Amino acid sequence: MSAAGPSQGANPAPPGGSAAAQAASVGAHQFAAGPSQGANPAPPGGSAAAQAAGVGAQHASEAPLLRVDGLRVEIPTRRGVLLALDDISFAIAPGEILGFVGESGAGKSLTGMAVLGLLDPPGRIAAGEVWLGGRRIDQLAPREMRRVRGKEIGAVFQDPLMSLNPLLQIGEQLIETIQTHLAVDQREATERALGLMRAVGIPAPEARFTAYPHQFSGGMRQRIVIALALCAEPRLVVADEPTTALDVSIQAQVLQLLRQLCREQRTAMLLVTHDMGVIAETADRVAVMYAGRIVEIGAVEDVIQAPVHPYTRGLMGAIPTLDETVGPLAQIDGAMPRLNARPEGCAFHPRCPDAIARCREQGPRLVAQGPRQVACWVAGPPQEVAQ
Amino acid sequence: MSEPLPAATVDGAAAPPLSAWHRLQDSDIVYSFRRAPTAIASALILALFVLVAVFAPWIAPQNPFDPAVLDLVDARLPPAWLPDGQLRFPLGTDGQGRDLLSVLMYGLRISLLVSSCATLFALAVGVTLGLVSGYLGGRVDNLIMRLADMQLSFPTILVALLIDGLSRSLLPRSVHEQLAVLVVIFAIGISTWVQYARTVRGATLVEKSKDYVHAAKLIGMGPLRILFKHVLPNVLGPVLVIATLSLGLAILTEATLSFLGLGVPPTSPSLGTLIRIGNEVLFSGEWWVTVMPGVCLVVLVLAINLLGDWLRDVFNPKLK
Amino acid sequence: MLRFLSTRLWNGALVMIGVSFISFLLFNYIGDPVNNLLGERATVEQREAMRAALGLDQPLLLRFFNYIGLAARGEFGISYRNIEPVSQVLMSRVPATLELSLCAAVLALGVGVPMGVYAGIRRNAWGAQLLQVVSLIGISIPSFLTGIILILIFSVELNWLPAYGRGEIVRLGGWTTGFLTSTGLKSLIMPSITLALFQLTLFMRLVRSEMLEVLRTDYIKFARARGIVDRSIYFHHALKNTLVPVITVAGLQLGSLIAFSIITETVFQWPGLGLLIIQAITFGDIPVIAAYLMLIALLFVTINVVVDLLYFRVDPRVRIE
Repeated sequence: MSAAGPSQGANPAPPGGSAAAQAASVGAHQFAAGPSQGANPAPPGGSAAAQAAGVGAQHASEAPLLRVDGLRVEIPTRRGVLLALDDISFAIAPGEILGFVGESGAGKSLTGMAVLGLLDPPGRIAAGEVWLGGRRIDQLAPREMRRVRGKEIGAVFQDPLMSLNPLLQIGEQLIETIQTHLAVDQREATERALGLMRAVGIPAPEARFTAYPHQFSGGMRQRIVIALALCAEPRLVVADEPTTALDVSIQAQVLQLLRQLCREQRTAMLLVTHDMGVIAETADRVAVMYAGRIVEIGAVEDVIQAPVHPYTRGLMGAIPTLDETVGPLAQIDGAMPRLNARPEGCAFHPRCPDAIARCREQGPRLVAQGPRQVACWVAGPPQEVAQ
Repeated sequence: MSEPLPAATVDGAAAPPLSAWHRLQDSDIVYSFRRAPTAIASALILALFVLVAVFAPWIAPQNPFDPAVLDLVDARLPPAWLPDGQLRFPLGTDGQGRDLLSVLMYGLRISLLVSSCATLFALAVGVTLGLVSGYLGGRVDNLIMRLADMQLSFPTILVALLIDGLSRSLLPRSVHEQLAVLVVIFAIGISTWVQYARTVRGATLVEKSKDYVHAAKLIGMGPLRILFKHVLPNVLGPVLVIATLSLGLAILTEATLSFLGLGVPPTSPSLGTLIRIGNEVLFSGEWWVTVMPGVCLVVLVLAINLLGDWLRDVFNPKLK
Repeated sequence: MLRFLSTRLWNGALVMIGVSFISFLLFNYIGDPVNNLLGERATVEQREAMRAALGLDQPLLLRFFNYIGLAARGEFGISYRNIEPVSQVLMSRVPATLELSLCAAVLALGVGVPMGVYAGIRRNAWGAQLLQVVSLIGISIPSFLTGIILILIFSVELNWLPAYGRGEIVRLGGWTTGFLTSTGLKSLIMPSITLALFQLTLFMRLVRSEMLEVLRTDYIKFARARGIVDRSIYFHHALKNTLVPVITVAGLQLGSLIAFSIITETVFQWPGLGLLIIQAITFGDIPVIAAYLMLIALLFVTINVVVDLLYFRVDPRVRIE
């Protein structure tokens, strides 16, 4: 049981207790109450908690590390071209953790893969730009992009058993990755590798250096994956469902490790997950995705406590809380449309309780509303006042 | 398999369901077929060969087994497009004056007959044993799989060869002559049942643990019905792929056995036998007697392999 | 590991017993076993002595053990065709088959595997597509036809290579080799290619498809996501995983070589074990057939056990269990 404050619904009251306690995950596991996070106007500096709280305010003023503009990903199939991602735009500041949340098939993983330049063919980037630290990376030659991967952008995938080559020792894999990006000799690479293993919490790394992946438990394997992702000290990490394949009891540890390492090295993270609890616990900002579009993006606290977009409201309403007994959980009628059966206009309108005529005709764009952005004709700001 | 797409309407209602014919036309298999020129060409060639084989006695220009028709004057003629060739014998003649085209047609007939029977035999035995093995489990499963493993340590051609060879030693000559074709079918069939059995057993094990099979058992459905109604349809795809590729292999095996002097008796020569006969006169320059049946054999097997490859791609879920 | 090995050995033993039994039945019930062992020219006394020694009135099982005992000592009787002891006949043919098989194996692996790797890595290059087509044709042509076509081109038309036999051979102790003479080497060319071709195309297709599978895995994707260079991805990460299943197949294909050598030797009149068994079957030479059966069974059982051990050595996952 967490030390929650008074239970809060989706009212825009100033956040009291931790957002973590508020949003028990869709997967229904409970985190210990962590330091409050979110963009509340606490003074920067001071305790780690307050510092984390101030992170959001700091980020707004720095140049973004990753900037994605109007990204459009198409998948040509035999039945025509499927639009998998439509007009995706967002930015991640250095050291910031941006979560991408949504149902399966909403396009979260694809966004991460597109940034990495690892879209599975025949999927391709049809339009838009991806900028990393002032350099455009979506149109780089393969050789250039290879250098970016690992050194500037790291990746953590879902299933650690599948991510590690079963026939190679993990020490070998670590050293190779280190030496690919950093000009160090064997001895130093080994030192670094051992240091990394210690940093991710693997006991007795010297003994386990020559071990094979299947000799580790799931949680340990994911730690190795994290070590591999961070060994060249990238500025951004794309984490695609990093804890989904792990035991519930281990998930919290691994998440904490990720968050801690990112804070220490000021590494930004693009965190993809379907689990709101993970977002609440780990991310600074969150982007809610639906049917290949971002419908709402803002600070985690804001979005969770005061969701604006009808879909987000529906999601939050569907999350049970431990603090109060409500009636049956609110459901959103219907299901997310498949890529080849997208409704005209706003993709959510068939299921939306607030839909108006305009929603059927035209898809709304992400427009700023205060510190967040919303894509909705009804709940968002009036379009005439849009930026 | 894809479902038909309902038209996207505002209230999400589905369009009326399409008929079975439309669904077939729309299905992955037919779609993929239409767009694979090699598959179409292979299917056409195969169909042509089958037709020729079935109707050989009626469409062959000459009956090469009737001594009255043959004339030694016509012996050893080259194919029609070479000097000395005659249009009457488009592919040339052999040492006895037999029209090679007609001989080929009959040879094709025997080759296809024997190999398809052998494939069907192997399929029947293999699928049955696979179903039984997978469904019953336990000691029966153990025994069958042990047998399969032991047989797998030997190459199929060797197994077929040894069975044929042994039968030759065991049976008196006259009996063997009469049974030769059956022996070949049996030999080739026995040498190839294992791959069917293994695949089917694997699929049966997967289906057996699924809930709908448990449900069927609970309502009292007998095992035979469960096997045939539920397990079998799920297994047909891979079995079809194996059968197609296995047919090609059976044709090659039969040709090899006949070439070696085992296999079908000389009174009903297959393409392999023809190649052997031609081989004996290779150095006298009459290359067409060997090459023509050879080309025919290769084209046939190539068409089957292409078709089988395409089928395998269609049924491979990972490539969807 | 011990348990794994013991299952294999047990299976192998069962196979050996089964095949020996068939061999024994063949030897003793088709044709006269006394004749088989002594030959046509034995005297009446010799026959009586043999009959007693064989214990032909003894129960089946005992005679079976006798048979195995004789076989273990290399006593397989007298060949009908050659009127020579079978063991002698067999041994004299072994070098020819082994040399041929060795050349074919080197050719099949040395050409097939690299081509398969190339076709897997550069899957859309026109060279790879061409290889695919050629390999498809390759597995559609039966061995014997390849041999005949080669003979047609290189012996009949061009007269560059000998069509039949081993050429001049050199005797080294118990072994006869064709490697040391020019006619010997020339005679090896066409039969080796013929024997290797089917295996070569098989390896090429297998390696290519394994390679493609491996390149689709998550761990390769993760390696790419870490920025590992292409060369390392292909030849360090992917190749290892590709070759592991290929090793098993390669080992089993070695046995296949022995089987296919029967065909090749027949086409080229190569005086090896393969030609021997065909002649034996056509002639009805029971002692040779029986001995060949046991020899072949032993060979394959051994190959299978060795391949399993090899797999064990190579795949760390299997080792730990």
